[in-house]
Amino acid sequence: MVVTKEFRESYYALTKFLLFSVFFVSTAKAAVLPEERLDTLYHSYSGGGVTIDGPSILVRKNIGNNVSLSANYYVDMISGASIDVQATASRYTEQRDEFSVGADYLVDKATMSLSYTNSSENDYQAETVGFGISQDFFGDLSTLSLRATYGSDDVMRNGDEDFLGHAEHRRYSLGWSQILTTKLIAELSVETVADEGFLNNPYRSVRYLDPSSALGFSYQAELYPTTRNSDAVALRAKYRLPYRAAVKTEYRRYADSWGIQSDNLEFRYTHPLESENLILEGKLRFYKQKGADFYSDLFPYVDATNFRARDKELSDFTSTAIGFGATYLVPDRWALFDRKNTLNLYWDYVLFDYENFHDVRVHNGGDSVLPGDEPAYNFNAHVVRAYWSMWF
Amino acid sequence: MTKRALLLLPALLLLGGCESIMPEPWVQPYERHYLADPIMSFERDPVAAGFMNHVYEAREAARGAEGGSGGGCGCN
Repeated sequence: MVVTKEFRESYYALTKFLLFSVFFVSTAKAAVLPEERLDTLYHSYSGGGVTIDGPSILVRKNIGNNVSLSANYYVDMISGASIDVQATASRYTEQRDEFSVGADYLVDKATMSLSYTNSSENDYQAETVGFGISQDFFGDLSTLSLRATYGSDDVMRNGDEDFLGHAEHRRYSLGWSQILTTKLIAELSVETVADEGFLNNPYRSVRYLDPSSALGFSYQAELYPTTRNSDAVALRAKYRLPYRAAVKTEYRRYADSWGIQSDNLEFRYTHPLESENLILEGKLRFYKQKGADFYSDLFPYVDATNFRARDKELSDFTSTAIGFGATYLVPDRWALFDRKNTLNLYWDYVLFDYENFHDVRVHNGGDSVLPGDEPAYNFNAHVVRAYWSMWF
Repeated sequence: MTKRALLLLPALLLLGGCESIMPEPWVQPYERHYLADPIMSFERDPVAAGFMNHVYEAREAARGAEGGSGGGCGCN
């Protein structure tokens, strides 16, 4: 039998990896449960004619030395009129309530977790269950985590009691966190998502050239494929500077079966001011996306393609975000319940710049712009997070 | 014969002192004071990080690989 050099090398490498894993899985010291804490957040997103805000409350409590329970209540209160609504519908107000519970079970160096999430709107119901496991090894320098979730959604349409769509989502993720030096930690994340069912928005329309219309175009309902598979890989690292401050960098690459590809890059700088009990943070984020194959701002005629979308989230666009924030560690003399308390305020400014999503509102003023010659759309958004955290 | 030898190799290495092919953990527990600083965690506050991931996922087509704080919110 001839064994090639390449085979020997790859076999040796595999053997080494397996032995390495077995050895360190069995010798690493125990992991720890997450911190017990209560977070009360007010969040707000305002941009593109829409305001979404509401509270989020997250509590995590341990039972004994091996079990940690968590619960989160999150609300999105949506009001206003986005550009799609201004073009084809009327203003609206709605609310989404999301409730999640989770349990983590620590066994020696491994943590197993279960989670359940229920999201409810008047026209959308979603349930998600998840299972994860993470393991510290190699002297606690490495952490490997695996997670799988399954989601089941019911999609309804207000004003149409006969309409009911269903969708399923399966997500599988793998994370590898690695301490590289005394001042540098890195993490690799990989996630694949498979969707199946009714995946488009039942209210959204595409437009197509229509010479019989006064504006020169008309609208028809969107139609998406019933499956979507995506892969994302991200690499992030955090480095402690020679003085007490840290920089984070992150890159993510994304691609899916709809032809969408994207890259995003983020830089973050964290700088404590110890004498002021403050931690300051600044952030820059860039995102660039190539849209779906079946996206078009203006189709040439009705039913022009098998699938059709004019959702600006599926178009070619870039977004740029800049963010600032501060965490204030409440002094002991003011600390509630004699616990560690922090007050936090973070603000992000995001500019969305669309390349092939045109602003059809120019027609509302009666301007004689030819279909397809409208200016490209852009808008900016303000994102605020204000929260109080308390550790038990 | 060669095939059988290859299959036995892991067991032999395990029994015969495999330390020689494995690196030691190069950062000892007592050398991790910089890494233990809260400013060195990727996301200090899960409630705030989870919200930002939700903001991005609702307005960008990309989803997944957000790290420990993201993913699977059950909403579209």
